[in-house]
Amino acid sequence: MSGWEAVVGIETHVELQTASKMFCGCPVVFGAEPNTTTCPVCLGLPGAMPVPNEEAIEGILRIGTALDCEIAEHSVFHRKNYFYPDLPKNYQISQYDVPICHDGSVEIDVDGDASVIGITRVHMEEDTGKSIHVGEGGRIHGAEHSLVDFNRSGVPLVEIVSEPDLRSPEQAREYGAELQRIVRALGVSDVRLEEGSMRFDANISVRRAGDVEYGTRTEVKNVNSLRSLQRAIAHEIERQIGVLESGEPVVQETRHWSEDLGATTLMRSKEESEDYRYFLEPDLVPMRVDASWQARVREALPELPAARRARYKGLGVDRRTAAVLAAAPDIADLFDAAVSAGADVRLSGIWVTGELVAYLRAGDRALDETAVEPDHLAELSAMVTGGRLSATAAKEVLGGVLDGDGSPGEVAAARDLLQITDAGAIESAVAAVIGEHADAFAKLREGDEKVLGFLVGQVMRATGGKADPRQVSELLRSKAGG
Amino acid sequence: MPIDIDIAKVARLARIALGEEELERYGAQLTAILEAAEQVQALPTEGVEPTSHPLPSTNAFRPDVVTASLPRVEILAAAPETEDGYFKVPRILEAP
Repeated sequence: MSGWEAVVGIETHVELQTASKMFCGCPVVFGAEPNTTTCPVCLGLPGAMPVPNEEAIEGILRIGTALDCEIAEHSVFHRKNYFYPDLPKNYQISQYDVPICHDGSVEIDVDGDASVIGITRVHMEEDTGKSIHVGEGGRIHGAEHSLVDFNRSGVPLVEIVSEPDLRSPEQAREYGAELQRIVRALGVSDVRLEEGSMRFDANISVRRAGDVEYGTRTEVKNVNSLRSLQRAIAHEIERQIGVLESGEPVVQETRHWSEDLGATTLMRSKEESEDYRYFLEPDLVPMRVDASWQARVREALPELPAARRARYKGLGVDRRTAAVLAAAPDIADLFDAAVSAGADVRLSGIWVTGELVAYLRAGDRALDETAVEPDHLAELSAMVTGGRLSATAAKEVLGGVLDGDGSPGEVAAARDLLQITDAGAIESAVAAVIGEHADAFAKLREGDEKVLGFLVGQVMRATGGKADPRQVSELLRSKAGG
Repeated sequence: MPIDIDIAKVARLARIALGEEELERYGAQLTAILEAAEQVQALPTEGVEPTSHPLPSTNAFRPDVVTASLPRVEILAAAPETEDGYFKVPRILEAP
């Protein structure tokens, strides 16, 4: 794409994980039997009146504040009118010209290249129902008929609109990933892309490098993974450059990303579809978020991923480990508590981002379903740095601790993994090996370091793997005379 | 300012099918309504706070508490067509 520059903005929808829906008391659950969590309000029956969920307003305020937005002291709901089978009222309650949060930013970093992405607005709305298209391979075009499930109708939905500040598919992906990490840290949504609780639409245009004016943009919908986001944008940039280089204009339209085709296809042209006849929602009074409410939200924010990464850098945690920790607040909290309890930073970092993450993934478990405590990691760490447990055995002990088999000391003892720290015992094992392998030892004396590993191995075998190999090799060296 | 309203477009956006005679009648009525609004809009409003709702109230929220949903048989009974617990609707878009 030399000579061209891409301009990308992203609209991100996040379903909030409140107990009840945005405007009624129906439960918010994923995967329930179709049409079992609905009522007159979320079915849009005549006469039903919406009442906003205070917890959802708290949730969007947390998101807006974390994205460094200005919080509107006064904001209102609008009706966005359009006709679609999954929208039973024929309008969606949303926000229009006075969103509750606006003018924020988020900093992203792609391979050490940092940029600040503007956030235009963060507004509150409700989700629609879900439709399943029958026939034509599940595509809406030409499907025989469609089936509608209104369980999702009315789930609190936050829309985060970025400025067109993104310049590459990689930046777009990192922006999506950072939003996901931030929202997860806030604890207001499970942000599971595969379940649709976080979804992206991308607005994409290209222009000649150096141009100030934006090109005509297209919108790509149905992007439900970070990988798809990157691929869809890369494909659309290439498609648009191809169109322009062949002398044709880019047409403003909505396109559909197909993961199977690896391409975007035309969904609808934009000409007639944009008139939503917004008007003030007469059923809802305005929202007022005064300075003291704003301050309460600000004070209650947890440490955000960027701050966490910076703090870990200061602690000497390597970049990769810091990134993994910043993306998983519960694991990072465990790490922090372990380090405060005296655990070694490097060892704990390896354990929680290695063994622990693998353990959780393998069993599809959450951290709180395991038996591990911060003190366990501190104890395990002391055993390794004190030479009582090898690094390899420590991983096995951690597995036992996670399974609930007891403290590291108990697990190591029960599985007979403790190392021999008694200097006399190691000394006699070394002496025995030297006697048995006099030839090899003679070579070591002559300065042949290659046999050192063999001799250490023999001592380890003789001690059932319970000697500290470092200590053994030091002892062998000193006996060989340096 | 003369009012110029595309009544056919308004009707199309609202999915209301209007005949020639209706277009003319409702067009005239809507124009009269907009003219009345124009008169109100001409009033000096400097220093007057915009009204976004007639009630002098804000933050009418509810606590995040789950209440009972309707039984599915009951809600589906009101649907013209159903299938496997879903509302069944006709084809949404023709093949392109």
